[in-house]
Amino acid sequence: MSVLHWATLMPFLAAIFVPFLYKHFRKIHTGWFVLVVPFMLFVYFLSFLPITTTGKVVMEQARWVPSLGIDFNLYLDGMSLLFTFLITGIGTLVILYSIFYLSTKEKLNNFYVYILLFMGAMLGVVLSDNLIVLYVFWEITSVSSALLISYWYQREESIYGAQKSMYITVFGGLSMLGGFSLLYLMTGTFSIREMISTTDMLGSHVLFLPAMFLVLLGGFTKSAQFPFHIWLPGAMAAPTPVSAYLHSATMVKAGIYLVARMTPIFGGTAAWFWTITIVGIITLLWGSVSAVRQKDLKSILAYSTISQLGMIMSLLGIGSVAYYFKDGDNALYTTAILAAIFHLINHATFKGSLFMTAGIIDHETGTRDIRKLGGLMTLMPMTTTISFVGLAAMAGLPPFNGFLSKELFFTAMLNATTYGIFSIETWGVLFPILAWIASIFTFLYCTILFVKTFTGKFQPEKLPIKHVHEAPIGLLISPAILGILVVVFGLFPNILSYSLIEPTMAAILPGVLESGQQFDVHISHWHGFTFELWMTMGVVVIGTSLFLTMKKWSQYAFYEKEQDVFNRVYDYGYDGLIKNSQVITKMQMTGRLRDYFLYMCTFIVLLISYTFVRYDAFAIRMDGVSPIEPYMWILVSLLVLSVITIPFINHRMTAIIVTGAVGFLVSLMFTIFRAPDLALTQLLVETVSVVLFMLVFYYLPDLRKEKMTTSFKLTNLIISIAVGMMVTIVSISVFVFSQDTNFTSISEYFIENSKVLAGGYNVVNVILVDFRGFDTMLEILVLGTVALGIVSLIKFKVKGSEDV
Amino acid sequence: MEILMLIVVGILFSVSVYLLLSRRILRVILGTILLSHGVHLLMMTMTGLGRGAAPLLHLENDTLTDPLPQALVLTAIVISFGVTAFLLVLAYRTYKEYQTDDLEELKGDADE
Repeated sequence: MSVLHWATLMPFLAAIFVPFLYKHFRKIHTGWFVLVVPFMLFVYFLSFLPITTTGKVVMEQARWVPSLGIDFNLYLDGMSLLFTFLITGIGTLVILYSIFYLSTKEKLNNFYVYILLFMGAMLGVVLSDNLIVLYVFWEITSVSSALLISYWYQREESIYGAQKSMYITVFGGLSMLGGFSLLYLMTGTFSIREMISTTDMLGSHVLFLPAMFLVLLGGFTKSAQFPFHIWLPGAMAAPTPVSAYLHSATMVKAGIYLVARMTPIFGGTAAWFWTITIVGIITLLWGSVSAVRQKDLKSILAYSTISQLGMIMSLLGIGSVAYYFKDGDNALYTTAILAAIFHLINHATFKGSLFMTAGIIDHETGTRDIRKLGGLMTLMPMTTTISFVGLAAMAGLPPFNGFLSKELFFTAMLNATTYGIFSIETWGVLFPILAWIASIFTFLYCTILFVKTFTGKFQPEKLPIKHVHEAPIGLLISPAILGILVVVFGLFPNILSYSLIEPTMAAILPGVLESGQQFDVHISHWHGFTFELWMTMGVVVIGTSLFLTMKKWSQYAFYEKEQDVFNRVYDYGYDGLIKNSQVITKMQMTGRLRDYFLYMCTFIVLLISYTFVRYDAFAIRMDGVSPIEPYMWILVSLLVLSVITIPFINHRMTAIIVTGAVGFLVSLMFTIFRAPDLALTQLLVETVSVVLFMLVFYYLPDLRKEKMTTSFKLTNLIISIAVGMMVTIVSISVFVFSQDTNFTSISEYFIENSKVLAGGYNVVNVILVDFRGFDTMLEILVLGTVALGIVSLIKFKVKGSEDV
Repeated sequence: MEILMLIVVGILFSVSVYLLLSRRILRVILGTILLSHGVHLLMMTMTGLGRGAAPLLHLENDTLTDPLPQALVLTAIVISFGVTAFLLVLAYRTYKEYQTDDLEELKGDADE
């Protein structure tokens, strides 16, 4: 265990102490203690920056389950470091924000334990080299996310949202585990490093596609990609710091991380390229269109997060082509990856600040509904400024960082049309068009968000809180820092390129460059009158005109229906699953002994008949069969006759007597089969049984004729005849086949040694008490238990108690 | 004779299954009794009938019948007797408590 290991586990260790701190320092907001953890981690991870910038990596090993190849190995390269900065940096800001956001009346111990749990899990996800360890941390993020969403567990929608996100992300997580297992089958290792070094032979492997789709299912569900995006708007029931942290900056990027991490393994193939790009672009478009329809600040931001994640995902898909060409110098192929990383950082900054300002507005006005808000600009100038910066960055306006990443995005999409592989020429032209349309909608919802909230008429009568004023400074610090970062990254984009973006590109595309080379990233603000610039201008013009004509199209049902259609699919599916399983359960679990017995008999008959037909096992031969003595005919026909009459008897005494007769006939047969002990026992047991019957039946009602429908009788008849025939056929075949085998019966041994070893002449009795005495002992135990059971059944009566 | 006996066993099974499928507890118990008769006869038959004398050594016959299935059936008879006795008392007790011996009426409520 190295320092890096302890750093990864530090949030978990810190979470242990939170309840104590909460209990014993009630006067101090628990968040202040927690704040130390991410801040220290952030500073600690900063110390790795010089290492990764020079292209080196850090690998720390610790054993966990060596026999299964599962080791807690941590691997830190440029990409992992970038994510640790997001996690710890935004974590610090979010916890600072939450100190002012949550009052001390809330259950703060729960909140901070969950959020530390989440932070540790997220660090584990981005640092693990071992896939199983990664999966473990991955599921902890799902669990802690569900806990955080249901933080206000008294509310209906919190529980609904938490359940939905849990079902969807755990479904994806389990699929991912399946994909990891397939990867293990293919490569023989769980280590991502070692997998990448064996990647050349993977592409043609038969398990390649299943493994790829299963892993992608994990990434898509976590990153809220189409059509698994429905959980993210539901997760807005969480407190706003949680939405800002988990559902914009970190957890939803775990899927992005996974896809980027897996690019060296799966990338460079057509399946990977098309799947990720198409899913990403659909998500981008769907998310931006849905965001326009929302009326709730956080819902708009949730759908915009979905859309931006789709954009990053599609860029990763397009950038994976670089792995096909292995041409690191060619910006044609690597721009997409650059854009993805750059936008990942940018999105974390502006979306975090936007969620926080939305939280401030909620906090100060009591509502998040844009129909009730308006005219907040003069009342909340700071919030307005920060929101404006964030929204302008999200819409892609200069000089903010969103502009740069969007230009790069357009460049990458335009580049993609010229690739000339994977038959891109057919549909590739759609990429820039769809991306452009999505950008228009992005611009539109950003404008709506700003104009509806901050400008226009202030309507205090619609707001629950009467005295609306600017938020306290503590709430504003975190969004302000993020807003400043938006501006700084926008004005000086290259401060990131050397330190973070280049190492991250090297991590996503290892082996693309020749050794010793490094990616050379230079993001320039002004690159002439390119086609991308005209596209941006088009976005602004069309977006503005769409906004100005909003009065017209907002009448349509399209705008009024906020609900995502896939949400309804999910709800129907969920209800249908429960209803249908209830129907099925009701159908089979009737509570009738008869039905259960019917199932059992039917399936036994079907199973054995199938086996018989399948293996052609039926045989009938007469050799080895002993002759029938004439008197046996009489005995057998008597037995059969009495047995067959039993079901028709409607008088209890007759039934007992006939059953007794059957027993006595059986004992007579034992005599003929030269089994004197059996005959004796059977005789005794039968006599006692008849006496017992008499005793008990005396108290029971008389057998009445059962009223049964004909079909009911017919099924019974068919099943019972089938069972009887099956027993006869199987046993005849077994008997015939046993003649062919050369096994000598073990009984020879008993007969030879009964006298010699045990000193008895009656072989059956010697077997019972000597050779196989244990059987007898336990059989006596059975009788004893039965006797005790009968006594307690008759003697002990708990009056008035509920029967179970 | 084995084939004949196996057919008899099949009939025993058929009738007992038919009885087990009925609604009266009494018929179900009768069914279990017939089923155990069928199983005992089946066990005896499967090792072959009619070879040699009873497995008693002082008879000094050349061949004896197989003693092992006899021992097994002996155990089985005693155990099935125990179970039958218990079932009978259970039926008696059930009738005392619920005043019915109809399995349909003993089913309980739908939501149980």
